Amino acid sequence: MHPAPSVILFTTLSGLGFGLLAYLGLGFPPVTGWVAFVFYAIAYGLAVGGLLASTFHLGHPERAWRAFTQWKTSWLSREGVCAVAALLVMGLYAIGAVFLETHWTLLGLIGAALSIATVFTTSMIYTQLKTIPRWNMSVTPVMFLSFSLSGGALLAGQESLAPWLLLAAGVVQLAYWHKGDQAFASSGTTMGTATGLGDRGAVRAFEPPHTGSNYLLREFVYVVGRKHIQKLRGIALILGFILPILCLWLPTESSMAKHLMAAVAVLAHIAGIMASRWLFFAQAEHVVGLYYGKR
Amino acid sequence: MTELPTTTDRKMGLVIDLDTCVGCHACVISCKGWNTENYGAPLSDQDAYGGDPSGTFLNRVHSFEVQPDEGHAQLIHFPKSCLHCEDAPCVTVCPTGASYKRVEDGIVLVNEDNCIGCGLCAWSCPYGARELDLAEGVMKKCTLCVDRIYNENLPEVDRVPSCVRTCPAGARHFGDLGDPNSDVSKLVAERGGMDLMPEMGTKPVNKYLPPRPKDQIEDQIDVLAPLLAPVTEEAGGFMGWLDKALDKLPGGAS
Repeated sequence: MHPAPSVILFTTLSGLGFGLLAYLGLGFPPVTGWVAFVFYAIAYGLAVGGLLASTFHLGHPERAWRAFTQWKTSWLSREGVCAVAALLVMGLYAIGAVFLETHWTLLGLIGAALSIATVFTTSMIYTQLKTIPRWNMSVTPVMFLSFSLSGGALLAGQESLAPWLLLAAGVVQLAYWHKGDQAFASSGTTMGTATGLGDRGAVRAFEPPHTGSNYLLREFVYVVGRKHIQKLRGIALILGFILPILCLWLPTESSMAKHLMAAVAVLAHIAGIMASRWLFFAQAEHVVGLYYGKR
Repeated sequence: MTELPTTTDRKMGLVIDLDTCVGCHACVISCKGWNTENYGAPLSDQDAYGGDPSGTFLNRVHSFEVQPDEGHAQLIHFPKSCLHCEDAPCVTVCPTGASYKRVEDGIVLVNEDNCIGCGLCAWSCPYGARELDLAEGVMKKCTLCVDRIYNENLPEVDRVPSCVRTCPAGARHFGDLGDPNSDVSKLVAERGGMDLMPEMGTKPVNKYLPPRPKDQIEDQIDVLAPLLAPVTEEAGGFMGWLDKALDKLPGGAS
């Protein structure tokens, strides 16, 4: 799959933003006033920034409001509904925390649930696609949720919880790569089933339909950079999980050093998750490639 | 609405004969010609006369080689367009309701005025039947020539999809695959019509007829060989006398 920068930015940033919102809704940390304002500005900046980035790859962004209508069947529509609902509810909760110095607990709980639901619906957009075996796995939503919850804990300053969640997310990441590497083969789809000619012999693509490229090949058969996969996996693991854990566990004296380490941890985590997300798209093979003798 | 109908009154679709298709691409050209100037946005090309031409097509013809364990390889031309699936994943993933499957005839269409061009329907299609038009930013797909098949302004013979009307080999058939007595259904039953990627659970309406078994060509490669073989080893009659007479002349038998 073509790793569109807008979608990588969206899934990374909004995942973090909604993760942070979930913690804020649950009262971790129970901030009010100016401190709350900064926390909510960061959370909304990430979540809304991510959502805006995702509209850049649309052919007609001006019609995006129509995407709220088909929540009965479409995970993309459900994501839109959940995201807007989460932002509205948490917006009200934030008004209470920032201006009135109060926490409306029930509202916060609903907002946290909606924030987590938004990340889940995002993951289901990919998980539902049978055409992309590497995404069509139950570990895909687990990965999105674990990234969001660990990144959210990091941003929310949950020093004791965050390292353990990051560790868990790193393990989920390894499990996703391990299962994903076998997904296409175990899906049972081959050039034989794609053409229906498999029982007659070995099928080979003899000639493509056109001498030039096309939308399908550009969008679904992205092979650039696959040779660097192992290196990128290493970078994603180190930056996304190992370095942030070390930053949090390193004993520091002054609060200045502590904040500096936290900033390094957050930036490394974001870079690592982006590398992981790039791989998520670039490594995903769509079955339509089989018609072109490619994967 | 992106909820699929539980049943459709008819299941209009194509039956494509892989035995007959000669791979001429006439269906590709006639499809592009008809659909670029009729239903919906035109099918644009990018850099059509430059070094890297590409464009939107609703129908493309692949060619595959099949090598059996024993015997000769076979070349099979393989036209591919929307299969108008009964359980069409492209319809249910659509966030706007632009994609829909018609209750009256089962045709899967895109209402281009509602399409936001997110591309998710193309992601969900295992067959590569949907292409996002780069000029218009909306999703294009085979309409089964919905603007031809019911068009009373056209002569009756033309009220079939453009690809079917054009095919010089008669490799494409159009009809109601929901009616077991239709010509297309009979053809599918007779020839063992098959689904593409049945494991995807899309229940395609369009069927493909597998190539018929070839004659045994292992013993004799050239079909003209029997005609070229000598009729008798020994020449008889006048030619036989002449042969012997010439052998007796000085110089000896050759």
